[in-house]
Amino acid sequence: MSHEVEIQVAGVATTHEAHGHHEHHEHHDTFITKYVFSQDHKMIAKQFLITGMFWAVLGGLMSVLFRLQLGYPDSTFPWLETILGKWAKGGHITPEAYYALVTTHGTVLVFFVLTAGLSGTFANFLIPLQIGARDMASPFLNMLSYWFFFTASIVMLSSLFVETGPFSGGWTAYPPLSALGEASPGSKTGMDLWIISMALFVVSSLLGGLNYIATILNMRTKGMSMTRLPLTIWALFFTAVLGVLSFPVLLSGFILLIFDRNFGTSFYLSDIYVNGVGALPNEGGSAILFQHLFWFLGHPEVYIILLPAMGMVSEILSVNSRKPIFGYIAMIGSLFAIAILAFLVWAHHMFVTGLNPLLGSIFVLLTLLIAVPSAIKVFNWITTLWRGNIRFTPGMLFAIGFVSLFISGGLTGIWLGNSALDIHLHDTYFVIAHFHIVMGVASMFGMFAGIYHWYPKMYGRFMNNTLGYMHFWITIAGAYLIFWPMHYQGLAGMPRRYYDFSIWESFKQFVELNRFISTVAMIVFAAQLLFLINFFYSIFKGRKVTNLNPWGSNTLEWTTPLRPGHGNWPGEIPEVHRWAYDYGKDGKEFVQQTTPVGEDESNH
Amino acid sequence: MSILLTIAVIALIFIVIFQIAKASEYVTVLRGQGKGMRESNKINGALMISFLVLGLIGVWYCNDLYFGKTLLAYDAASVEGARVDSMMWYTIAVTGSAFIITQIMLFFFAYKYQHNDEGKVYYFAHNNKLEFIWTIIPAIVLTFLVVIGLRNWFLFTGEPPKEAMVVEITGKQFGWIYRYPGKDAAFGKKYFKNIDPATNSLGIIWEDKLSHDDVVSEQVMYLVKGKPVKLVIGSRDVIHDVGLTHFRMKMDAVPGIPTTMWFTPKYTTKEMKEITNNPNFVYEISCDQICGNGHYSMKGIIEVVDQEEFDLWMAKQKPQYLVNFPDKDPSVVPAADSAKPVIGMAAPAKKEKVNM
Repeated sequence: MSHEVEIQVAGVATTHEAHGHHEHHEHHDTFITKYVFSQDHKMIAKQFLITGMFWAVLGGLMSVLFRLQLGYPDSTFPWLETILGKWAKGGHITPEAYYALVTTHGTVLVFFVLTAGLSGTFANFLIPLQIGARDMASPFLNMLSYWFFFTASIVMLSSLFVETGPFSGGWTAYPPLSALGEASPGSKTGMDLWIISMALFVVSSLLGGLNYIATILNMRTKGMSMTRLPLTIWALFFTAVLGVLSFPVLLSGFILLIFDRNFGTSFYLSDIYVNGVGALPNEGGSAILFQHLFWFLGHPEVYIILLPAMGMVSEILSVNSRKPIFGYIAMIGSLFAIAILAFLVWAHHMFVTGLNPLLGSIFVLLTLLIAVPSAIKVFNWITTLWRGNIRFTPGMLFAIGFVSLFISGGLTGIWLGNSALDIHLHDTYFVIAHFHIVMGVASMFGMFAGIYHWYPKMYGRFMNNTLGYMHFWITIAGAYLIFWPMHYQGLAGMPRRYYDFSIWESFKQFVELNRFISTVAMIVFAAQLLFLINFFYSIFKGRKVTNLNPWGSNTLEWTTPLRPGHGNWPGEIPEVHRWAYDYGKDGKEFVQQTTPVGEDESNH
Repeated sequence: MSILLTIAVIALIFIVIFQIAKASEYVTVLRGQGKGMRESNKINGALMISFLVLGLIGVWYCNDLYFGKTLLAYDAASVEGARVDSMMWYTIAVTGSAFIITQIMLFFFAYKYQHNDEGKVYYFAHNNKLEFIWTIIPAIVLTFLVVIGLRNWFLFTGEPPKEAMVVEITGKQFGWIYRYPGKDAAFGKKYFKNIDPATNSLGIIWEDKLSHDDVVSEQVMYLVKGKPVKLVIGSRDVIHDVGLTHFRMKMDAVPGIPTTMWFTPKYTTKEMKEITNNPNFVYEISCDQICGNGHYSMKGIIEVVDQEEFDLWMAKQKPQYLVNFPDKDPSVVPAADSAKPVIGMAAPAKKEKVNM
């Protein structure tokens, strides 16, 4: 029992010896090959993480700016004009800027932060380490995957600086709005850059995804059967499968959009008369076609974001409860069910587009079916805590927070998935509350949990616990304070993506609440800066890890050296003899996967 | 200056927090890792249970503050909307109880089973019976919700009653155009290349005689209390959405693909003013699909009145055809040299066109 305490004591012994540069034992690595064009999956993971963090800060800052407008519609902030220039004339964000901010916030958070930043980081970092491989199946493609993402980032970033503004038609980019520069200035150059950036991003995702799948299927170490894999790997595996099967469909949708925008085709356009321009020649296209193509990725995308978080949370809850994950096979089964269903529910985003009612009813059925595997997961996580011996590391706190948020946001999915109710709630603040809690904040929590938990393996140091605790409690309280009351705004019918509610008799009653939400949003954003400081400070000055296995964990990554070089294990790759969750078995606190099964061991 | 000051204060706060955190880390190290860990574990365990209690109080308090400002505080304004509301209550009952039970279990277990040195964990890897229970119970409850939901869905998306009136509503950046079919109860055909913002905002084909009594307006949509109405929804440019929050209805307006939606208004605007206790109450049409930079201001007004008032209003409307071609107006024939239309006489004149 006190084993882990001892370990941690040992871990402290050499804390204070400040070190200068820690020369790596890797040889013949130049700065360029080690830190820039690295083919080491661990370095690529860090590149994804830090690029993701950059975008998270920018995307978060954007939300602070537009929340400023929503919370304080009558105030002026001269400093805004200093920063944004003509986009905030007189210290007041213009509608153009507001919509551009909302759109970029959505795009960046969904794709760059919660897809690339989350699965890019942890798939790269954990897959080889946890399955016992020296690197990815193709380290070179892996490197390309990051650099495509990096290029996509540059292009997206450049779209913020064009004369006509970045794209401003919502992250879903529905045509005709996204196809017609005449209908919205943001759909001019800004949209060109947006599509190019997204196309590059799709390439990045595909290169990454194929690599993850190939690696998991082919490169497991001896003894690591699929049913001995940690749940993180299962989750990342399904995530990659979802991405590989659905991102190409999104790309096809974008390609048709490029044709409509630039080459005079009419895939999405028909019967359009634009004010000030006149009737357009296009006839016969269907604007709804794009929505089908978009949501065929768009819905799986939700799970691409959520599944890695689920996997990491399963692992972290089990490790820190010192207890096996409850229902390992059911956890895999429910991941599998979710992955399958993810492909069969996309039209629930389209209940009010005039969808065929019979088709709609099938999508209702399949959508609500997702609640079953989700319920299984929740109860299994809760049962994992039950009669455990819980260590509240910052990672563990975020994992518990994830479960809480997943419950809260998942349950409102039952409202929205039921088409007759969705008619009423569609595109209101209720939806904003729902997906921010269940997908946005929950996955963010999964990501934080992962960062705190695997930080010692990434950088050989710990992050500061006190800052981690503060970060957690401010963030979870803030997340609920921001998004819980939004359900009420949604129940008042308040539409999303409104710049100003003051002209609406039906929606203007929430002035104070909006101000409150905006204020909390700023505080929560500031708390994320605490995390950033902690993260970057600890890379150089954090408490050093001196024990190979600081959390007393069973998985393979903790059998590598403190700072594993390229190749991960200096000698042979260890062999695996058991599943990853033998915690508290036969009175032993934990039994690593590399430990052979003993004669006297009970079966699980 | 004040900006610099604010930044300085914020930076100072960060530095203080950071120093405290650093110091507490040193203290933990000095006092021994085990002890430090036990203490922070206790604090976080206590915070877990406090968060649960405060959170549940907060949920109640939030409801207390804001329930009155939602639509649930008073009746839905349409017969079908009442079904949405009742369905919502069932859903609240189901998801609300699941929410409370699971959140209590989660945070209470976290608190109860926090680390203690003698703590023995229970090696509990799976249990088929338990897993079966929490697969089957959600499945049954969901079936119940799906059944209610689909019955409503097929009602809402099905054919409206025969006596329903029909109104066409067309979205454009950034407003709504309404069209009534007139006495012949049929709309004239339209083609988007005929659109002329000044005279023919919908692109009506005047050669189609069905169009001759169509009334076009951009002001207010009049509906009749107790009479089902079917909206034929279209868009002139990008996708919009006809959001009728008081009627609990919503449908996209898609260029090139007409959609429909129907409902039965239950209260007149006047009655709603009393029900909501708001003398300024008005049924608003909100655009619920982002449609450009003026999206937030794309408002329409619906006035629900009783039948007599509606007939009175309708009688005053002049078909768009006659507005465009005053010389075709039979009611002005006696004064054919003066093109001035005589408002009010247009209605009886329309009778001649009924048997089109």
